[in-house]
Amino acid sequence: MRASETIAMTTGSPDSTRTATELRGVPPRGERLIEMALAGAGLLTVFTTVGILMVLAVESFEFLKQVGITALIFDTQWTPLFADKHFGLWPLLAGTALTSLIAIAVALPLGLLSAIFMSELASERARKILKPALEMLAGVPTIVYGYFALVVVTPLLQRVIPDLGGFNALSAGLVMGIMIMPLIASLTEDALYSVPRSLREAAYALGASKVPTILRVVVPAAMGGISASVILAVSRAVGETMIVAIAAGQEPHLTLDPRVPIETMTAYIVQVSLGDTPAGTLEYRTIFVVGTALFLLTFGMNVLSYRLSRRFRGAT
Amino acid sequence: MRPAVFQSTPPPRPSPVKLGVDQVRAWFGSHQVLHGIDMQIPEQSVTAIIGPSGCGKSTLIRSLNRMHELTEGARLEGRITLDGVDVYGKDVDPVLLRRRVGMVFQKPNPFPSMSIRDNVLAGLRLTRSLDRSRAAEITETALRGAALWDEVKDRLDTPGVSLSGGQQQRLCIARSLAVAPEVLLMDEPCSALDPVATSRIEDLIHTLKTTYTIVIVTHNMQQAARVSDYTAFLLTGELVEFSETNRLFTSPRDTRTEDYITGKFG
Repeated sequence: MRASETIAMTTGSPDSTRTATELRGVPPRGERLIEMALAGAGLLTVFTTVGILMVLAVESFEFLKQVGITALIFDTQWTPLFADKHFGLWPLLAGTALTSLIAIAVALPLGLLSAIFMSELASERARKILKPALEMLAGVPTIVYGYFALVVVTPLLQRVIPDLGGFNALSAGLVMGIMIMPLIASLTEDALYSVPRSLREAAYALGASKVPTILRVVVPAAMGGISASVILAVSRAVGETMIVAIAAGQEPHLTLDPRVPIETMTAYIVQVSLGDTPAGTLEYRTIFVVGTALFLLTFGMNVLSYRLSRRFRGAT
Repeated sequence: MRPAVFQSTPPPRPSPVKLGVDQVRAWFGSHQVLHGIDMQIPEQSVTAIIGPSGCGKSTLIRSLNRMHELTEGARLEGRITLDGVDVYGKDVDPVLLRRRVGMVFQKPNPFPSMSIRDNVLAGLRLTRSLDRSRAAEITETALRGAALWDEVKDRLDTPGVSLSGGQQQRLCIARSLAVAPEVLLMDEPCSALDPVATSRIEDLIHTLKTTYTIVIVTHNMQQAARVSDYTAFLLTGELVEFSETNRLFTSPRDTRTEDYITGKFG
């Protein structure tokens, strides 16, 4: 070490005349072009977001001018496409909450357990096979999940629950849980894996065995990352469209009964967009109101998730 | 070599052997890091292990409480005894061994999710051996034992990681003491600390040796000379010399030891 420092000092003496001439010059033109292209690509995403927000805000404002905000909050029915129009957002919110809750109830335990298994118990080889397999599950198109819920899961469930509707929140929620499980598993696994080895060693050195070490030291140390992954998964469930549009029915009911058809916010947007609702009408504007509510919901959760994962990084 | 050291230079107060190291060889994969180590570590004393980086000091100390085997690909041969019992014996549970042989690491590593109090009690909670009615008493005793009580007694519920580096290391010592070990292994416990914090830990080691058998790895020869009763000098996985600290530093018998302690290499 000392020897190499001395070498560095003798050979690294600066040549002042040479550096002075080398400092002059203009960066090559090609480099500037690349920089501009990169800046353009970055700005494009900003413009897109701003554009979406503006459309949502303008159309929602027009809607509120006509109907008012009290209808949205105090009405308990959502029937903008019927002759007797009601604009209570609650049935759609309930539908979204119900399917998301069922999904999380499935995905959370499965995701956590498989993450703990992959990070703490599986051999390095098993981990290298399991993780990509799980991530592949997340890559299945949601339309496939949707029909899987409708034509496979629902009939199976009907054998156990006879009065289950052909369209229902339960089946859609369960399949959505399978879909977001890899998200929780993968992110939680990352969080567990990045818990410093020194903490596990500290626990082992105190005479702790494997399971208490995992449950009381490793998991709490990764809590920030784990909760961020869960919130991200909830946000994904709230925004999920295809499965609920196909398998949950498209009937807004203010209910928390998982056996009957419901409609989520996303499914409603699909329903109206697919129909022949003319632009500029009140019906047309409702999808922007629902879109705004959806955006606020998922945006809030993403912010929360970001904060949690940042706090977690600060802790270690 | 092992018996010769003790037969020719009997320690001032003859104490029974706490840890016996007998022909220990260790590997990481195919790389051998220890080439047959023999040592008898006396009870209630401080034994320092010194040597240049990569000489196998950490591997040796980590083999004493079977932490070595937690590294993937790690292997060990030979015998290590605690009070005469082979700790690598078939019926020995490493988990139970580690409750009797505690360890403090190079970098302070309090549990980030736990308060000061919970850190101290962590070992007992993790092993489900905490008597709740004695929790307060154990916390205080362990923190006093680690000379940290007066600094933290009013904020036991604040996070352990909010303490300074030196305090965190003493918290880690308190955490080890709380499970009432007989031996305390310290793997370069001061290398991440400033001189003031270091001298506090060194003072603490002096007090602790009246109760515990301490083995400390250090890259700092002055520290070894200050805190230890016996010193082992390791070089490329071999034990070059093991004797009373005084003797090793004033009249080393091996020229390699002399070269190392006089700073000719390392």
